Amino acid sequence: MSAAPRPGVAVVAFPGSNDDGDAVLALEGLGANSFAVWHGEPALPPADAVVLPGGFSYGDYLRCGAIARFSPVMAAVRDFAAQGGPVLGICNGFQILCEAGLLPGVLRPNRTLRFVCRDVALRVEEAAAPFTSRCEAGQRLVIPVKHGEGCYFAPPDLLAELEAHGQVVLRYAPGENPNGAVDDIAGVRNRAGNVLGLMPHPEHAVDSLLGSADGALVLGSLVDFARDRLLAAAPQPAGARP
Amino acid sequence: MAPVAQQPLHRALGLTDWEFDRICELLGRAPNDFELAVFSLLWSEHCGYKHSALLLKRFPTSGPAVLQGPGENAGVVDAGEGLAVAFKVESHNHPSAVEPFQGSATGVGGILRDVVAMGARPVALLDSLRFGELEDEHQGWMFSRAVAGVGHYGNCTGVPTVGGECVFDARYAGNCLVNAMCVGLLPADRVTRASMSGPGNLVVLYGATTGRDGIGGASVLASAELSATGEDKRPTVQVGDPFTGKKLIEASLELVEGGLVESLQDCGAAGLASSLAEMASKGGAGVDVHLDRVPLRETGMEPWEIMISESQERMVAVVEPGRLGEVEAVCAKWELPCTAIGEVTATGHLRCFAGGEPVGDIPARLLTDEAPRYRVEMRPRALERPVAAPVSPAAPDQLLRLLGSPNVASRAWVYTQYDQLVQSRTVRRPGLDAAVLRLRPSNRGLAVSLDGCGRLASLDPRAGGSLAVLEAARNVACAGGRPLAVTDCLNFGNPEKPEIAWELAEAIEGMALACEALGLPVVSGNVSLYNETDGRAIHPTPVVGCVGLVPDVRRVPGAWREGAAIYLAGAPELRLDGSEYQALLLGGPSGRPASPDLAAEAALVAFLAGIAPFSSCVHDASEGGLAVCLAECAIAAGFGAELELGWEDPVALFGEGGGQAIVAGHPGEIQTVAARHGVPLRKLGAAGGGVLLGIPVQELRAAYDSALPEALG
Repeated sequence: MSAAPRPGVAVVAFPGSNDDGDAVLALEGLGANSFAVWHGEPALPPADAVVLPGGFSYGDYLRCGAIARFSPVMAAVRDFAAQGGPVLGICNGFQILCEAGLLPGVLRPNRTLRFVCRDVALRVEEAAAPFTSRCEAGQRLVIPVKHGEGCYFAPPDLLAELEAHGQVVLRYAPGENPNGAVDDIAGVRNRAGNVLGLMPHPEHAVDSLLGSADGALVLGSLVDFARDRLLAAAPQPAGARP
Repeated sequence: MAPVAQQPLHRALGLTDWEFDRICELLGRAPNDFELAVFSLLWSEHCGYKHSALLLKRFPTSGPAVLQGPGENAGVVDAGEGLAVAFKVESHNHPSAVEPFQGSATGVGGILRDVVAMGARPVALLDSLRFGELEDEHQGWMFSRAVAGVGHYGNCTGVPTVGGECVFDARYAGNCLVNAMCVGLLPADRVTRASMSGPGNLVVLYGATTGRDGIGGASVLASAELSATGEDKRPTVQVGDPFTGKKLIEASLELVEGGLVESLQDCGAAGLASSLAEMASKGGAGVDVHLDRVPLRETGMEPWEIMISESQERMVAVVEPGRLGEVEAVCAKWELPCTAIGEVTATGHLRCFAGGEPVGDIPARLLTDEAPRYRVEMRPRALERPVAAPVSPAAPDQLLRLLGSPNVASRAWVYTQYDQLVQSRTVRRPGLDAAVLRLRPSNRGLAVSLDGCGRLASLDPRAGGSLAVLEAARNVACAGGRPLAVTDCLNFGNPEKPEIAWELAEAIEGMALACEALGLPVVSGNVSLYNETDGRAIHPTPVVGCVGLVPDVRRVPGAWREGAAIYLAGAPELRLDGSEYQALLLGGPSGRPASPDLAAEAALVAFLAGIAPFSSCVHDASEGGLAVCLAECAIAAGFGAELELGWEDPVALFGEGGGQAIVAGHPGEIQTVAARHGVPLRKLGAAGGGVLLGIPVQELRAAYDSALPEALG
């Protein structure tokens, strides 16, 4: 059997990113060729998927993600997304995507006003590429959260719209909501479906030795999708992706 | 006492008349005010260890694995396979008493930079917190803020907080203890040290700008007692900026990995004064520093203020002139100011200039090597007689009360506020005994624990010192780690009081004896004295951090399995004296704990580390004794055990002070390994069923889980 090609997955590192190394490690383990891209780069190197990792970009000063969205690389991320490239924002990455307007809604401070780090049970609401193709609808995943501002909020009309278009991809299981998020929302995608933000950290759940391996289903789905893009784009020069 | 303005300057700065005369004698002249300020800080207890240095010589500090013992920013031990571990514990007690959030946050920031200064990447933090009782709402607030502060800095910098302890006791109400430990990894052949060498090399200050915050902060606060009105000390508490701290860590590691720096030093207590004097003195070199080149965050700062400012998130590096451009480029990438503020000389003097004019000139070794070393006067205190054990039997309700008491209950309220997972190494998360970090990509690991002893030490400081070392080592062994070395933080009252000096000496003796019995070197540490409020001292509180090597992280014990045989290992003499049981139900502390049998304790530690890979559960009995230990095992597993254990004997169930542990697994293996180590075993029963000692496990869990959330909200 010939080795499957390793799609390129760029992990953007902002000053204050903490989980960038973990994301690269997890994606590499799942068959990607993953690499860090410094936030000051004006362009993305050729990549089949982009991940904005967790952490405290710019110290979360002002408001989580509010400064990072102005980083030079974000214009390239926006273009990448506009052309249908898959973009995954984890925790701080989710906050940045909301601040950048690439995802609907906002993330507020946790109801408890305390940082929370623990495993939570999630329910997969939408099992589809590019982020949850390895899951089944209704599947229960255990993935850790760790954040101080993960309380997802959207006004009722926006919520109705999100539900109507299947944009709520992950929900905290009943009784598991760690932050007071509206309707137990843990992860949402954009209308086009190629940009997902989630508060739980799949990169910290890829090895049962360290807890759960359920996060591999999410990141693995992304790697599958990225690989398909790579194969579909194979005849073209690499620089033409996406 | 005369108001500050009417006193001679040296007294206002905390120097005695004798010390002032000694400075004049050493210099051959009177110091100017700048020089006097520098001396006063370097000769403070915090920097100069003047009341503790002679006592600390008692510790064993060498061993085959020791790459760096005490005297550097952190100790370093060889972990095999080309890897080394740097670690240290440090206190930030007085700043935390004045402002718990910033005090604890900057305590974490400081210990992170100490480990980074060794060229190591910080991979774990642990915290040891002691506050007053939670019935006092203010103490609850103080504690909550300290926890938030630890989390703030650790979480933001991307270093997991994986362990520690917290204790609530009225004796800490006016003077809390916040001790933080950091563990870092580095290649064994790349230990970076804080020693200046090579005249002509540049002294580079990088990181945050310098302001008036924390002038005299740690060094002044840590070297005098607190008064009830801490308000006037508030400006001396440093303010942390973990975002800059994070950038500083990454920039420093890039500099070290690129081979761009000759040496590194954290700019901590006493600021540049301490960093430069220590680096110069260690290297036998001198340094010329131009204080007007230091990037400032406020205007009108005097040279002495720049020299001693404790502004956080700064590091000092020695750089070859030809590499300055590369160093500047790394700092620019991380958006950190970086300035060559001086150069290494062959003069042996710390010479300071402002606007080209000399403002101070002190031989560096006078500030470090010549700091006074006082032989403290001691007054031994007769230990109390042991208290007779109560005649009435124990009762299930007592176990539930203990599990629901703040000193025993689940610490989840604390550690769920800490990122325990970042860096993808945490095989065993906080909860019981030690955490385990995988040394990826290998399957070896580190077990780390941080444990103190206060109440028992107040009854017998020597036993307390030993117990702190033993508890830390035992916890590491319970997680399958073979202890490598320890670091210590000695939290005591005013050493100028003979009874406190005796407590300090006794505790050090007890720690040293235990370290010798276990074959463990002390590779780093910190002393926090003057922990008194309005003349009342805290419990003598030695805190010990232990790091051990786990041969295979895939075989780390966790919860007991259905049907596993449960043994009690160790048969120490136990007493209720100083125990949680006594404190909660009988009033105390009173009496005298048993003196630990160190040979038996060492055998137990070796046995636990040896049996751990073959056991589903290994957990030692500490606060609350055997009954609490068993209850914690049951809660962790979610089911109980059938045990041949009754309620007749409260000492057996709740006694403390000696090493014993629960081991669950295969009878044959447990018996064989125990026999090899000469450790006594007693079979208690087998795991299974919904009850433990007649109490449903859900009831145990409810008491255990709810106590801190109910007390703290």
